[in-house]
Amino acid sequence: MKLRILLGALPLAVFLAAAGFFLWGLDPERDPSEIPSALVGAPAPAFELGPIPGSGGQGLATVDLVGQGPTLVNVWASWCVPCRAEHEVLTQLAEERGVRLVGIDYKDKPDDALAYLAELGDPYERIGADREGRVGIDWGISGVPETFVVDGEGQVVYRHVGPIAPAQVEEDILPALERAGR
Amino acid sequence: MRRHLVPFRRVAAPLLMAAALLAPLAAGAVLPGERLEDPALETRARELSAEIRCVVCQNESIDSSEAGIARDLRVLIRERLQAGDSDAEVKDFLVARYGDYVLLRPPFASYTLLLWLGPALVLLIGGVGAAVYLRSQPRTTAPATALSAAERARLAELTGEGGPDRRSSGREGR
Repeated sequence: MKLRILLGALPLAVFLAAAGFFLWGLDPERDPSEIPSALVGAPAPAFELGPIPGSGGQGLATVDLVGQGPTLVNVWASWCVPCRAEHEVLTQLAEERGVRLVGIDYKDKPDDALAYLAELGDPYERIGADREGRVGIDWGISGVPETFVVDGEGQVVYRHVGPIAPAQVEEDILPALERAGR
Repeated sequence: MRRHLVPFRRVAAPLLMAAALLAPLAAGAVLPGERLEDPALETRARELSAEIRCVVCQNESIDSSEAGIARDLRVLIRERLQAGDSDAEVKDFLVARYGDYVLLRPPFASYTLLLWLGPALVLLIGGVGAAVYLRSQPRTTAPATALSAAERARLAELTGEGGPDRRSSGREGR
């Protein structure tokens, strides 16, 4: 009786399905808090930010992301400890690998931001000051630091949540820049 | 006076306790400065915020989260409501930035079919399985067959109420 065989196989099927699910859940590579980005594959949001007051810089807007090749957009703040940790990695990317790096200074006091850059160095080509954090929301960030790879047409190719660890440069950032047409 | 005091305390203490316990529930994480003057708009803002996931804490709504970005989103929702946005427009605004993930109640769409209908599907499969199993069981118990002669004899031996032959021989023995 075919139905009996089918019913007999049901517990096995349920077990296999559950086992597969648990195996997936136990995968150490999987980050359960990872949020899919709504922005990847979409154009960078429309925004226009002035420079950090007193920096003499240029500010950052959507137009600055178009027609200049792949760009790394790093959202940072002077009050953010992991930003300090990734600062050296970003500096190396910009200075040694020749990656175009721009920054969004998120909810920061101008004096603090300037002191941070004076202390650690300023690897950014342009920095927009997002004092209210509104542009951060437009980029869909959940915190700082976050880093986006944007291609020459202004399309977001990749989003990195949290500080970029040195190993992630080769693993994630450079391949994403490659996809962006570097 | 003392007579009045005792019942008053008995009533007041639980009431105060209940008020103290319920107050945070009613307030969420919304700070007084964030509230809108218009109570109708504020109610809509509260209802909307309760449906929006805090992207930092992930299993909390922005209405109950203390995170900085949750506060920013609460203020943003109120601004958009004041600007005349409908609830759907506010949600679309947030989904455009944070994806469906920001909605605590995911939309019913082709890619969420399994999520919404999965439990019903499991129930259906289980129900069909149970029905098939129960149907395959015999409805009534098989009719009892009559005892064979040997069985009858053994039964009589055990109960001591055997056939007349045996009984009579017993009596003769005495």
